[in-house]
Amino acid sequence: MHLLLIHCCTEFKGRCVIINPFVYQLEDISKSYEGKKVLSVDKLDIEKGKIYGIIGPSGAGKSTLLRILNFLEPPSHGNLFFNGMTVTKAGKHVLDMRRKMTMVFQRPILFDTSVYNNVKYGLAARGYAKKDITKLTSNALDEVGLTEFTNRNARSLSGGEAQRIALARAMVLKPEVILLDEPTSNLDPANVAIVEKITKRLHEKQGTTVIMVTHNIFQAQRIAEEILFFFKGKLIERGSTDKIFNNPQDDRTGAFINGEMIY
Amino acid sequence: MVEIWAGLVQATKLIIDLDTELLAIVFLSLKVSIAAVITAALIGIPLGAFLGMRPPVSVRWLEKLINTLMGLPPVVAGLVIYLLLSNKGPLGPMELLFTPMAMITAQTVLAIPIITGLTLVAVRDKHKEIKDTAVTLGASQQMVIWTIIREAKRAIMAAVVAGFGRVVAEVGAVMMVGGNIQGNTRVMTTAIVLETRKGNFQFALGLGIILLIIAFIINSLLYRIQGEVRNN
Ligand SMILES: Nc1ncnc2c1ncn2[C@@H]1O[C@H](COP(=O)(O)OP(=O)(O)OP(=O)(O)O)[C@@H](O)[C@H]1O
Ligand SMILES: [Mg+2]
Repeated sequence: MHLLLIHCCTEFKGRCVIINPFVYQLEDISKSYEGKKVLSVDKLDIEKGKIYGIIGPSGAGKSTLLRILNFLEPPSHGNLFFNGMTVTKAGKHVLDMRRKMTMVFQRPILFDTSVYNNVKYGLAARGYAKKDITKLTSNALDEVGLTEFTNRNARSLSGGEAQRIALARAMVLKPEVILLDEPTSNLDPANVAIVEKITKRLHEKQGTTVIMVTHNIFQAQRIAEEILFFFKGKLIERGSTDKIFNNPQDDRTGAFINGEMIY
Repeated sequence: MVEIWAGLVQATKLIIDLDTELLAIVFLSLKVSIAAVITAALIGIPLGAFLGMRPPVSVRWLEKLINTLMGLPPVVAGLVIYLLLSNKGPLGPMELLFTPMAMITAQTVLAIPIITGLTLVAVRDKHKEIKDTAVTLGASQQMVIWTIIREAKRAIMAAVVAGFGRVVAEVGAVMMVGGNIQGNTRVMTTAIVLETRKGNFQFALGLGIILLIIAFIINSLLYRIQGEVRNN
């Protein structure tokens, strides 16, 4: 306990301030739809600044977990803490917290307007000044290599281009946390590589916590520092990528990563 | 056959000569229908948007009612407005019966369900797909609502155009509450009925042609808007 306190203590104006090392803490969280429990997590702490890979078979509750983490869906039961603060339903408070995170979906939904207007959307929501918006937006488009699309209607882009714009639209917000729900499952190999590279760079440059759901265990292996394996709504095993892939503790984890799981 | 042909020639001549009576009727028609559609849009778009953003089960009954009213026979709307505006009706003292205002009211009543119903469906579709994205990008509640409406704008425009198409072509309601008074409440549809009855075919045909042209323009607009909706 003592050790933990020292570890989490930083100097601030000569005083010791306790810094919470966790971006999310889940206590006894569960989610049910029409009486059917689809997710149930006793305890889960997500550390700041790491890249997490969430894997598990279809219907395991991975997207549900991400939606809860993004406050898109309230849990049916349990406590969720973001940066040590309880997340309750109402109020501006939640909006402020939510603005520190953002999510990219499997199928990117771009607004029916120019690429530029899409990328600036979150900045405008946060009330940035116009000249900052212009600068940040063009930087983000540059990052994803799609500057020449600035004035195109976003609905005219290909799937890969659209997903890169969705990523730029998220990155431009410099979020503390980025939640990615199978962002590459509809993309060709070239765009998969680009999305992975951009994600890693975001993490390296800004220390963003990345939580990526993926069906592709090799992608999890390439990207994640830590893996969470879900099965039938339960967190079965978590550990470093190395440990999960080379020395899984649970038979089901082993079966899943070896592609031998029947479900 | 010869008579129809002669009528068509005469009708074309009336249009080309910009016959004053004919023009006055066309302008009144457009004035009444445009005023009605604008009023209906001001009510129907916010109402439809509001209902479209609610969970479908919670508005089920209202939705059924709106869908029923979308097919409301114009004469029934005319009858109701007539009863409200007639001397003994609750709005009798306003003396609106047989004025353009009464016709605008009747057409507004006819257009509201169409605009509301079509807006509701458009907004509901967009709500599902846009809401999470807007929310996760940090939009406030007002900004989310505004974004959804903006994304549905083409379909909403199509709803307004469809509303105009319905009211400009209807005859029952305006006949009943307007009275088809020459130079005052005579619009294209009621004039066609009257002139046909009198045997004044070229005038009726002239108006018929103009009405067809307007319908054609409305349909082209709808096709264009809906084509763009589909492309997305
Ligand atoms: N809105 C909803 N209403 C009812 N059931 C739902 C809803 N959302 C999810 N579920 C159910 O919850 C379970 C978990 O769904 P979830 O989308 O979280 O799975 P997943 O792990 O993301 O699967 P996949 O890999 O296929 O995306 C599924 O059985 C799903 O049918
Ligand atoms: Mg999923």
